[in-house]
Amino acid sequence: MTDTTFTTAPQATAPKRRIRWGRIADHAVLIAGSLFMLVPLLIVMQTTTVPDAEIIKHGPQLKIGNALPDNFNKAMFEASGFSGENTGVRMLLNSFILGIGFAVGKIALGMIAAYALVYFRLRFATAAFWLIFTTLLLPLEVRILPSYEVVQKLGMLNTYQGLIIPLVASATATFFFRQFFRSVPEELVEAARIDGAGPVRFFIDILVPLSRTMIAAMFIIMFVFGWNQYLWPTMITTDEGMYTLVRGIKQITQVLEGASLPEYGRSNLLALIAILPPVFIVIFFQSWFVKGLTESDK
Amino acid sequence: MAQVTLDSIRKVYPNGFEAVQPSSFDIPDGEFVVLVGPSGCGKSTLLRMIAGLEDISEGALSIGDRVVNDVDPADRNIAMVFQNYALYPHMTVAKNMGYGLKNRGTSKVEIERKVAEAAEMLDLTHLLDRRPSQLSGGQRQRVAMGRAIVRNPDLFLFDEPLSNLDAKLRNQMRIEIRALQRRLGVTAIYVTHDQVEAMTMADRIIVLNGGVIEQIGTPTEIYENPASTFVAGFMGAPPMNLLKASVDGAGRAHVEGGLAVEVPAGATGDVLLGIRPEDLELADTGDLQIDVQIIEELGAIRLMHGQIAGQEISVAVPKDQPCSTGAVSLRLKTVPHVFDAATGRRL
Amino acid sequence: MKWLPILLLLPQLLIIAIFFYWPAAHAVQSSFYLQDPFGFGSTFVGWENYADLFGSAEYRKVAWFTVIFTLLVTFLSLAIALLLAVKADNVLHGAKTYRTLLMWVYAVAPPVAGFIGLIMFDQTFGPLTRLFGQFGWDFVLGVNFNDTAFAMVLVSVWKQVPVNFIFFLSGLQSIPRSVREAALIDNRSGMSRFWDITFPLLAPTGFFLLITNITYALFDTFGVVDTLVKGEPGNNPMTLVYKVYVDGFRGNDLGGSSAQSVILMVLVLALTVFQFRLVERRIHYT
Repeated sequence: MTDTTFTTAPQATAPKRRIRWGRIADHAVLIAGSLFMLVPLLIVMQTTTVPDAEIIKHGPQLKIGNALPDNFNKAMFEASGFSGENTGVRMLLNSFILGIGFAVGKIALGMIAAYALVYFRLRFATAAFWLIFTTLLLPLEVRILPSYEVVQKLGMLNTYQGLIIPLVASATATFFFRQFFRSVPEELVEAARIDGAGPVRFFIDILVPLSRTMIAAMFIIMFVFGWNQYLWPTMITTDEGMYTLVRGIKQITQVLEGASLPEYGRSNLLALIAILPPVFIVIFFQSWFVKGLTESDK
Repeated sequence: MAQVTLDSIRKVYPNGFEAVQPSSFDIPDGEFVVLVGPSGCGKSTLLRMIAGLEDISEGALSIGDRVVNDVDPADRNIAMVFQNYALYPHMTVAKNMGYGLKNRGTSKVEIERKVAEAAEMLDLTHLLDRRPSQLSGGQRQRVAMGRAIVRNPDLFLFDEPLSNLDAKLRNQMRIEIRALQRRLGVTAIYVTHDQVEAMTMADRIIVLNGGVIEQIGTPTEIYENPASTFVAGFMGAPPMNLLKASVDGAGRAHVEGGLAVEVPAGATGDVLLGIRPEDLELADTGDLQIDVQIIEELGAIRLMHGQIAGQEISVAVPKDQPCSTGAVSLRLKTVPHVFDAATGRRL
Repeated sequence: MKWLPILLLLPQLLIIAIFFYWPAAHAVQSSFYLQDPFGFGSTFVGWENYADLFGSAEYRKVAWFTVIFTLLVTFLSLAIALLLAVKADNVLHGAKTYRTLLMWVYAVAPPVAGFIGLIMFDQTFGPLTRLFGQFGWDFVLGVNFNDTAFAMVLVSVWKQVPVNFIFFLSGLQSIPRSVREAALIDNRSGMSRFWDITFPLLAPTGFFLLITNITYALFDTFGVVDTLVKGEPGNNPMTLVYKVYVDGFRGNDLGGSSAQSVILMVLVLALTVFQFRLVERRIHYT
């Protein structure tokens, strides 16, 4: 006994501060990765604070200038196109309409379709399942032209419906909710049956409240997805008043190319505004977002 | 409150599997019946058919005077307690208990009164505003009970309600459920695979095996007069010893290794002799000799495990008697049960 | 009550019928027709559109570029993300901060990522153009084929690392503690522990991500490509999807564009079948 205490004593009095090189290397790699991700954004941020002439002359610098309010005014309230309708405010509004409309539409459609597939014994359930889930296989990008024609025929060019509804025509949310509903214990359904809850009441009283976290996770993912749509809005909206921020990027770059004194401050700030709302949502609701994203993989 | 009648109830699944063979029995008003059997014996299917959660393939089920084969579960006036309790995770205890009443259109005041009454009875009053995730296993179990009670059902259905609790809580809840049922006087059907629960709680036990009713009877009847080797082996712990024996021309059954007993007339050929471990006692000049290999210490008794001519046998010895491994001489305290070796039925 | 489930399914079925099956069928159909350039009608030409495509040197060039681009983007973004995820899983301090810093780019739209690329590679002041200039590399985005391709790969990787990182990290964190501890006792080398234990256990996530990344590189990089070529395809590198858009929407070659769409559909279907088979394997595996 005494021996043991004796031998451990020196260690206790002289704690050896081992430098753990492995840990330091880990942190070095992570810091390098973080910088790789972050620096481009910081550069864009810096350029929004200085006058355009200074950017062209010096490029990005380490100082923060005072041109931000000026750039902000130009970005938000001046139109870059010819019609005068695509101000930053207008595009921001359109982006929110697209993001929220897409997320809500997708979740609503997906939930009720998944509910029908999971909780009812339908004769054609398998057929409906395959019809719906085949849509997961072909992204919009491979069928843009015919989709465009359909929307054109329906007279939905330059409308919010034309922008949102065709994007909703894939089954990601349905698939996700189907997985989730199948994980709800069978006994809960039976208890509700004995408690006299019919199909509609069961959906509203039990299933929707149970899915709250899932709905939130889906909403975040779908909002970001809708907000970031580019190809479809580029084709469907030619009316400048309908531009979203992300779709507006194309026009912004084209204006930059043509101008003798390109308005970098303004355009970079618009790009920043296109980035920030989805980024904030993803950061603030990180745990829901990660959960929703990784569970859809099952 | 009502009596329940099953008339040749049968369950066949679409894939052709017959989960319950035609079964008939009556449960008088206020009786506590336990359906017991190993997993897959059809006991849960039977209960779920009574609840209306599973369609009845053939036969008629009546609760009270009403045939309820095609009645919706919500309209059978039953209450069910599930194995995992099936509490609605997003509702408070009070909401959980009142949900069925709300769906029946009961007034708010009435729901509150009934929930408060049931909560009082189950000692849940201080928990009414909590969510199920904030409760312990035993408390959840009580909430599930409360949900059943507030409905004033004609019939309680229990589907292995105690199997998720630890042993101590299980013993306590067993007594509570029984007391509650007595007090309310509601007919109850209770499914379990645990023969101790069956023995301690039931007015009558129905033993099921492979979709067939093996025996119906009071706990004493089932224990004293098991109708088959299955019942004999399933009910009672430690289980009954079943020894292979052959009957000679004089009506005596001989177990290889030296035990011979009189058997009822009509028993011929190969039989199984059933002897409960507590029906054997140590004796200097006994009826049989066994070779004891292991002694299990159980506190009140000791259990000797040994062999007689290659057949396993166990014997319960009171704690005040000495016991040892090696050759031991035993005496029969009662007449052994005799079963047909081929069919397993009692002779 | 019989009609309720049908009613519930109806909206979804209707939308996919109008905006999915109809266009998809239409694409297949028009791939066999030659559209009159003035829009006065079309003639059935059988497999001619397909034959033209496979005979076209330009299409083959785009296809080759797409293959190389896809391989590079997939490999680099998976490798970088795996490295970062393993490190982030190791550290105790600041794990959450690193996670946030490494994942936010997920929310950046591909064309906006492309726009940031434009700034970084700007001819007059782009920091990366200047940096490369120091090493004597005269980087000209949008003019030099290889330079533009380099920028496309870099921006696409930058945009894709976060998703892979999230999945790898969550895959790593779902490896049971007991398995890690058992490995710790059995094997003292961290490196071989990673290859013997961690990597095989991450394989299902890896397979899933492999397909996701290939799909990303094929389709979702449209915005990156479109902004980096500044709307001027010219001699710039482009991917197959971008060519569908350029030929169909700008060049008005409906038949050829549809045939390209159909080829891409077949490609995606093949990938998906491949993925399903892997998923099946994985179910047996766990």
